[in-house]
Amino acid sequence: MFENIGEMILLFWRTLLALPLAWRQRRKVFEQFFEIGNASLLMVCVLSFFIGAVIALQTGPVLVERGLASAVGGIVGISMAKELAPVMMAILIAGRIGSAMAAEIGSMRVYQEIDALRTMNINPIHYLVLPRLVAIAFALPMLVVFSVLVGWLGGALVAEANNHIAIPFQAFYANLREVVELKDVANGLFKSFCFALIIGVVSCHQGLVTIGGPRGIGRSVTKAVVNSIVLIVIFDYVLTRILLK
Amino acid sequence: MNDAMNHHSGVSLQVNHLRKSFNGEAVLQGIDFEVKPGEIFVIMGPSGSGKSVLLKHLIGLETPDVGEILINGESIQSPEIAAKYRMAMVFQSGALLNSLTVGENVGLYLSEHRLKPPGEITRIVTEKLEAVGLKDTLDKMPNELSGGMKKRVAIARALVIEPQLILYDEPTSELDPLSAVVVGQEILKLKQRIGVTSLVVSHDRDLAFGIADRIAVINEGRILTIGTPEEVKQFNDPVLQKFLHADFQHESP
Repeated sequence: MFENIGEMILLFWRTLLALPLAWRQRRKVFEQFFEIGNASLLMVCVLSFFIGAVIALQTGPVLVERGLASAVGGIVGISMAKELAPVMMAILIAGRIGSAMAAEIGSMRVYQEIDALRTMNINPIHYLVLPRLVAIAFALPMLVVFSVLVGWLGGALVAEANNHIAIPFQAFYANLREVVELKDVANGLFKSFCFALIIGVVSCHQGLVTIGGPRGIGRSVTKAVVNSIVLIVIFDYVLTRILLK
Repeated sequence: MNDAMNHHSGVSLQVNHLRKSFNGEAVLQGIDFEVKPGEIFVIMGPSGSGKSVLLKHLIGLETPDVGEILINGESIQSPEIAAKYRMAMVFQSGALLNSLTVGENVGLYLSEHRLKPPGEITRIVTEKLEAVGLKDTLDKMPNELSGGMKKRVAIARALVIEPQLILYDEPTSELDPLSAVVVGQEILKLKQRIGVTSLVVSHDRDLAFGIADRIAVINEGRILTIGTPEEVKQFNDPVLQKFLHADFQHESP
């Protein structure tokens, strides 16, 4: 995985240099954007609802027991916004979209479609990588916004409904608003933007270096997902440390 | 690019001392030949003789270990070559983009490089598809086509570029004899109409002797002989003669 870091950085750099062409590729960017959003929104909501709910469920009774009922909203709010929504959504998208990117580009590579593009003087980075990277860089942070909001809702509902916690909806949100600041949400969104770039670059790179037949495509997909997740978790720590004031 | 679009004549192609090995196994062992502008040059040889690897070098998808490839005297490795000369390749499998319709595939070069307005692109695409006898396939997806149809679409896609050098990788494989003749005639017609230089890699003897100005016979990474179809037929080499005269042996009952 790490032996390809140089190639991935180079691919990222070349894609950055091609950014001015993104407007020309806007139709493909939009198609990819729709694909990512449409394919994942429901899953994002379900997953986030239960993540928010389970944090409330795990922390609520312990805090209530110690007379800290008013902290539940803040804990759910902060953990969703700064950590769980960005990381969990990135992992979900690595599985759903990263795999699709690696498979699609990988099969194009295996079946000589990328060679055909090159012979037509069409740069595969401009044609294939750029639209995907731009689309995922916008789509993932937007999905994270949904994830944060739905996660808070999940936490609030469980906090109110569960007998061991029993914190009213308004009290939960009042505490959440007191603790969570806009910059906490922005912090999470910035992290998810970075994760999106990781998924896009790793998956497109894996697709482009695919060799062999269908088995090669399978291998690329697995590597794209696993490497994305490993890098997401490592970068999560690094980014959190950097953003820590 | 515009400058290049204005002149249509074919280019010359020169291959000098080309050598290539994969994992220590020599696939090309010193290939030399020259293709004149506007010529149809066929590279013929049995499967595994290094034809496809040679072709990949010519289009710049592989880099040689030793040797050079020159287009009008300029190295194919030079960065300006793609902007200066228009080259097209017809892949053996067609290599159409499966996510695009046939029409989008054929017009891809024009639409991606923004060379023509959309209405004009549709007109050109229809015209080129008609030229290969597939005018009703405009809105079809590549997976709805047969192998032979895909190949003809790939030829239409190459024609759109109005190339000065066109490379064909096994243009008649998977085609029925009638379609093979149509494709062969299309290659001839292109030479007459726009003076394109054509390099055809094939093991189809009928095609090679039917359309070639000159033929190079390649075996085990080396060139056995180069000459006009007549000269090649006369060339006395056991491998070549066996290849040219391979036929079914009927046992008498």
